[in-house]
Amino acid sequence: MTRPVNIFESIDWIAILLYLIMVIFGWLNIFAVNYNEQFKTIFDLNQEHGRQLIWIFISFLSIFILFIIDYKFYPFFAYFIYGLSMLSLLAVLIIGDLIHGSKSWLAIFGINFQPSEFAKIATSLAIAKYLSSFNVKLKTFKSIVVLLALIALPAVLVFLQPDWGTSIIFCFFFLVLFREGLPGWVLVLGAIVVVLFIASLLFPKLIIVIALIILTQLVYFAVNKRIKHNIITGLIFIFIYLAIKIPNLYLKYNISEYLILLITLVLSSLISMILALRHKIQNVLVILFLLFCFIAYAYSVDYVFRNVLKPHQQKRVNILLGKESDPRGYGYNINQSKIAIGSGGFKGKGFLNGTQTKLDFVPEQSTDFIFCTVGEEWGFIGTTIVIVLFTLLLLRIIFMAERQRSAFSRIYGYGVAAMIFAHFAINIGMTMGLTPVIGIPLPFFSYGGSSFLAFSILLFILIRLDAARMAYLK
Amino acid sequence: MDHYTVRKYVINIIFIVIATIFIIRLFFLQVINTSYKLSAENNSKRIEILYPARGLIFDRNGELLVYNQPAYDLMIAPYELKTFDSTELCNILDIDIKRLRSGIKKSFKHRRDPFIKQISPETYAILQEKLYKFPGFYVRSRTLRKYSKEIAAHVLGYVGEVDELLIEKDDYYALGDYIGISGIEKSYEQYLRGKKGQKVYLVDVHSRIKGEYQGGRFDKDAQVGRNIICTIDDELQEYGEKLMKNYKGSIVAIEPSTGEVLCLISSPSYNPSLLIGRQRSSNYVKLENDTLEPLFNRALMANYPPGSTFKPMNAMIALQEGVVTYHTQFYCDLGFYARGVHVGCHDHPSPLNLPQSIQYSCNAYYCNLYRRILEDKKFNSIADAYNNWRNHIISFGFGHTLNSDFTNELRGFLAPSSYFDRYYGENRWKALTVISLAIGQGEILITPLQLANMSATIANRGYYYIPHIVKKIDGIDTINSRFAERHYSSIDSGYIEIIVEGMDNAVNGGPGSTARIAALKDIIVCGKTGTAENPQGEDHSVFTAFAPKGDPKIAVAVYVEHGKWGASYAAPIASLMIEKYLTDTISYYRKWIERRMLEQNLLNKH
Repeated sequence: MTRPVNIFESIDWIAILLYLIMVIFGWLNIFAVNYNEQFKTIFDLNQEHGRQLIWIFISFLSIFILFIIDYKFYPFFAYFIYGLSMLSLLAVLIIGDLIHGSKSWLAIFGINFQPSEFAKIATSLAIAKYLSSFNVKLKTFKSIVVLLALIALPAVLVFLQPDWGTSIIFCFFFLVLFREGLPGWVLVLGAIVVVLFIASLLFPKLIIVIALIILTQLVYFAVNKRIKHNIITGLIFIFIYLAIKIPNLYLKYNISEYLILLITLVLSSLISMILALRHKIQNVLVILFLLFCFIAYAYSVDYVFRNVLKPHQQKRVNILLGKESDPRGYGYNINQSKIAIGSGGFKGKGFLNGTQTKLDFVPEQSTDFIFCTVGEEWGFIGTTIVIVLFTLLLLRIIFMAERQRSAFSRIYGYGVAAMIFAHFAINIGMTMGLTPVIGIPLPFFSYGGSSFLAFSILLFILIRLDAARMAYLK
Repeated sequence: MDHYTVRKYVINIIFIVIATIFIIRLFFLQVINTSYKLSAENNSKRIEILYPARGLIFDRNGELLVYNQPAYDLMIAPYELKTFDSTELCNILDIDIKRLRSGIKKSFKHRRDPFIKQISPETYAILQEKLYKFPGFYVRSRTLRKYSKEIAAHVLGYVGEVDELLIEKDDYYALGDYIGISGIEKSYEQYLRGKKGQKVYLVDVHSRIKGEYQGGRFDKDAQVGRNIICTIDDELQEYGEKLMKNYKGSIVAIEPSTGEVLCLISSPSYNPSLLIGRQRSSNYVKLENDTLEPLFNRALMANYPPGSTFKPMNAMIALQEGVVTYHTQFYCDLGFYARGVHVGCHDHPSPLNLPQSIQYSCNAYYCNLYRRILEDKKFNSIADAYNNWRNHIISFGFGHTLNSDFTNELRGFLAPSSYFDRYYGENRWKALTVISLAIGQGEILITPLQLANMSATIANRGYYYIPHIVKKIDGIDTINSRFAERHYSSIDSGYIEIIVEGMDNAVNGGPGSTARIAALKDIIVCGKTGTAENPQGEDHSVFTAFAPKGDPKIAVAVYVEHGKWGASYAAPIASLMIEKYLTDTISYYRKWIERRMLEQNLLNKH
């Protein structure tokens, strides 16, 4: 039996206020994008802003229902909801509508909705339920595997649609795991993998190898704090290097530079390992092993890029990395987006005066690139306000999550933050040319019923759980 | 309750760091970097230039000479192109597919350049109906000139596309604009061209017009060009061109009381319609290569020796300087002889007084007279005497441009004393050295315009108005004030009257008068013949005249190359022009003169 708790006293009104501000501001921008001197009506169902209004209404209705439901419903049915969501992801692969080259949509009773959006809610709930279960500790091998599976399953299903942009979002659940005790080095390793990936595409192999060698020395020093070891290994390396290089020059064999480096590296590593084993110095094996792994990884990235990717894919990557610029072709989206935002200046062009977005210069301007309208019409002031709003919302979510007494609610809260942060960072970064162009919406701003409803539900489940936090006193 | 609470700070910091990076980047993008604003502007703005109609040109009586015909340029908007039936389009335009393809390719780089210039109105009519089938192709209408009559090509000038040098110098012109290149089209370009207007449209990413840019704030109406009423009498011009058809030379007629140029003819001439539109370049080359030089405006730019038509000048100067009088006589022994210098003369009564010397055009008289001018004791040196004489000549408009509104007037040649000083040595030349100047030969060259102006000055008994080609500009009260000024010659009108008497007698004085052929029945025509020596061939036929004697309405100069005697061609032609202008017809008994002038032909001989 639940004790009636006065919800109204505990509802986080700040979060709700932030939500409402963003919803209104978001809707105004969709209105602005579609504004046409001839069609001034707000409620026109043929226009996007009219339809968005309907979805906002539906969302408010759903939120109301959420609040009526008992807060215990959510942890209880977490796995069930997750299962349902995975089924829907499977279903969309089989019977979904093929739109824009991917099967992301299901049509139910004439309404289109995207299962992948709701999968984010389901996964958050499932992770929260699992991690808060009795006797589950993140450090155990079994728990890591289960969690990976929980995240990977929807990620893979979405990837198969194919919608690899959205599947990347699921990676951000690692933030949740980090908070719950995932060792930091996992995140660091992940970061290195990503950075190395980009670096091996940008820089020649030689530089990568040299950089990795230097990094290895630093890591080794950080771990063992004995500069003497560094100096010794360094000397060994230089000695062997010269031993190969000088005869090479003298006898004029033309061995290429990085082959020399490689041989030097292998030989000096072997010697270092032998020395380490004899003197019982820790970690050398692991570090050296990682070094060679990373070198192999860098090489394979480069190999895949050169020999596996087709030319137009290579081009896309190059444009993304800034190695090529193609304002009329593949780089068109980013370029137009930057023009739209940049042209807003400090104060913006004024509400409904955005020439770039109104005149269709920015593609997907009401969905993925909705931020451009903000930039163009409200200027630097507007964009800063939006970023601040999101940051405040995220910080508030963390604050709410931290004050939960139940682990489930706290973990779920971090899930919410992770999802909103992922979309926020990638979407806005995309409009400014900082992150790759993958089709993900900006929460509460982008046009799209599924996205809006899903994020609203995602957030308000947390608010509901938060409103009941006092109940756990029992 | 768990060990990792500190990690919440890490996560919060990550959020804040990302947000800060974004804000900094936005700051650079929106506030610091202004190039995006510019790109945005360029993205969405399309400026459409509104071309005004060019001003029309009328003759002095309001007859339309030059007007506009519409021309259509076919343009391509490359980003609007969709698939279309290229075969059909090629058929309508009568071009091949290769040209179509290269035109489309070019249009991506040069969006303002027309694909096909000036398609004919017939092609346009067919194309216009079907244009909807070819999205991306559109028509820009321009105007070309059209001429009511094929006359006055030199006077009117022609219009062509402006060249790069001028575009750099003058902001108003852009690539593809038209500008007057010669004649009235050029000298009155400012008025004829009107003012371009513009409409600025907002366009979307597909270059579709979405509305006015900023509510039409930058829109400007085009101003239609002003019409020009020129001084030419179109019937007189047409008649003169017809008369001169078989000759090389020039006719210039001026209204003495105003300086208005009634006709300006340079022969051979060309049909002004040749230099319109697409054929202009190729026709221009043909005209340029024509050995008869039809493009050369002899009326303004030919440097001819005036011959005997110059004698009245010396007569007036001699009277003014007091070295001769009305009654002064000189003997002529079929020529002039002095100190090894011999100038021949034709047979005529001898001796003659001053007016008679004009009537019979005696060379010896003038040699003597000229000597008196240059050997006048009141001058210290030959140079001084010569320069004094020269200044008189200058006051009649010789030796310098007349500052008219023609664009290509030349000044002729009137040697300064330094010219002779250099050639012979200072003070080592004398009157006899330059005696040929007495009869308008030697170191003196004039243009037909100057000769006509001299005639007008004499007609006015001592002053002239600067000859000009434009009578009125529509909408502007007066033309340039310099055309209303009288320029007085250095000769008293009393003396000029004596010369007028001589010129009257030259025409109406009975047998022996050199210009009898120019006499009209009820109108007193005053004139002076000239036979200009031509070392390279037959002498030139020259004649200056004005009529009526008492209240002159027209002053004319005619120059016919290789016409031999003044009376052979120049005088009859001038008299026909005068008769036509004053009486509107050629009287029955003079028709034979007209017929003769039309039938004779000097062009094939040289």
